[in-house]
Amino acid sequence: MTTKQTTLKETPLIKAHQTMGAKLVNFGGWNMPIHYASQIDEHHQVRSDAGMFDVCHMAIVDLRGCEVIAYLAKLLANDVAKIADKPGKALYSCMLNNSGGVIDDLIIYSMEPAWVRVIVNSSTREKDIAWMRTQIGTMPVDLNERDDLAMIAVQGPNARNLATQALGDEIAGADELKPFNALLINAGADNERFVARTGYTGEDGYEIVCANDQAESMWNLLADAAVKPCGLGARDTLRLEAGMNLYGNDMDETQSPLESGLSWTVDFSNEQRQFNGREALEKQKEQGLKYKFVGLILKGKGVLRAHQKVLLEGAADGSKEGELTSGSFSPTMQQAIGFARVPLETGDTCLVEIRKKQLAAQVVKLPFVRQGKVLVE
Amino acid sequence: MSDIPQELKYTASHEWVRIEDDGTLTVGITEHAQALLGDMVFVELPDVGDDFEAEQDCAVLESVKAASDIYCPIEGQIVAVNEELEDAPEQINVNAYHEGWIFRIQPVNADHIDELMGPDEYAELVESESH
Repeated sequence: MTTKQTTLKETPLIKAHQTMGAKLVNFGGWNMPIHYASQIDEHHQVRSDAGMFDVCHMAIVDLRGCEVIAYLAKLLANDVAKIADKPGKALYSCMLNNSGGVIDDLIIYSMEPAWVRVIVNSSTREKDIAWMRTQIGTMPVDLNERDDLAMIAVQGPNARNLATQALGDEIAGADELKPFNALLINAGADNERFVARTGYTGEDGYEIVCANDQAESMWNLLADAAVKPCGLGARDTLRLEAGMNLYGNDMDETQSPLESGLSWTVDFSNEQRQFNGREALEKQKEQGLKYKFVGLILKGKGVLRAHQKVLLEGAADGSKEGELTSGSFSPTMQQAIGFARVPLETGDTCLVEIRKKQLAAQVVKLPFVRQGKVLVE
Repeated sequence: MSDIPQELKYTASHEWVRIEDDGTLTVGITEHAQALLGDMVFVELPDVGDDFEAEQDCAVLESVKAASDIYCPIEGQIVAVNEELEDAPEQINVNAYHEGWIFRIQPVNADHIDELMGPDEYAELVESESH
């Protein structure tokens, strides 16, 4: 239980977390709240009302230039054409290497015709930026890491209402946003706000970006409006229930998005669009996929965890196995749930090896929970 | 500072030990440990009659965050387990020193109890680990 103390990076909200009694942990080099009190209560808070998360550790990158769409068309597996010239639209995509492995997953937002904002994971920030710069080459695309910006996610069925109550004119117009759309308010001014109707919980809500020095006051205004601070622990069980992948667990550079439950984000439709990794993925499809990515529900007691082995019932020794990529206890379902990469022939049930015991699990389609409702039987 | 009752003994792996009148030892995890582990969601108990060496893993606690082994504080035989934890593992979070007890053990050699930590020594350990 001891952790070696290193110099951890801090977000502009560190003082607010300490004041609010957060349990802080080293989260990929950042000193971040894992929970304030009960992680399970924080989870329920987001499913039933409204909670907020410090997500300032994520990296906001602005890409500008007349060739930015052409650049992203090659960089990303999803097709940027879906949002090009549609300011306010957002798109989720994987960024692949040339062998079709996933460098990171990210969300891009169309800001202006020659301006796209990209939000990437904190843990992959350096390699992402390095790769993105290499890919720019001589193209007239300018890459700007926005270390001056902070981001707070406000999530839950009442999140948007409470955010409007708390922040009023600061986020004027946000209440009109459709899901997966965003809005830039007071562009270029000190009180600029970028509000996106996106998140990582399976609930409605906003992700709100402001200048670092205004983040604490925004956090406190939200807290005053009864939006409860929630830690990254609850964020993980929420995204797990919502069937949302976590980079590094559910996919990485050695895994194909096609075997990571991310086929829906890889857009092959424009045959002219030679995105990075396309050739490798087409070859993989041609040869036939070997694994599928599914949800698992443990039938009895116990907890599913990443890296547990998945065995097919009645399979001979030495036959193909699967593996849990994420797992935990679902506070909404009161059962252990997880994601697994399993052999294509896996049926409706399988066995999971937990501490040398083989326990039965149900194989389901993801997600488990969306907008407060359990979607699996 | 965590709650560290004076009348209990402790281990470096954050178990508490209460010496009962009949010479058996009741074992659980400390307030400090439960706070670190977070919300408990599953407990795997040993069987009554199982024999364990000192420092052998004998139970598993799973919080929503992670699984943790519980180590036997002393060589002996399990004489009782807290079956209520199977349906209510959160009792460990609510009251680590009472309703959150995990098992009771009959030590092979009662002299070994003296090798466990006292409350002051344990408090120092907690203090050193939090810096």
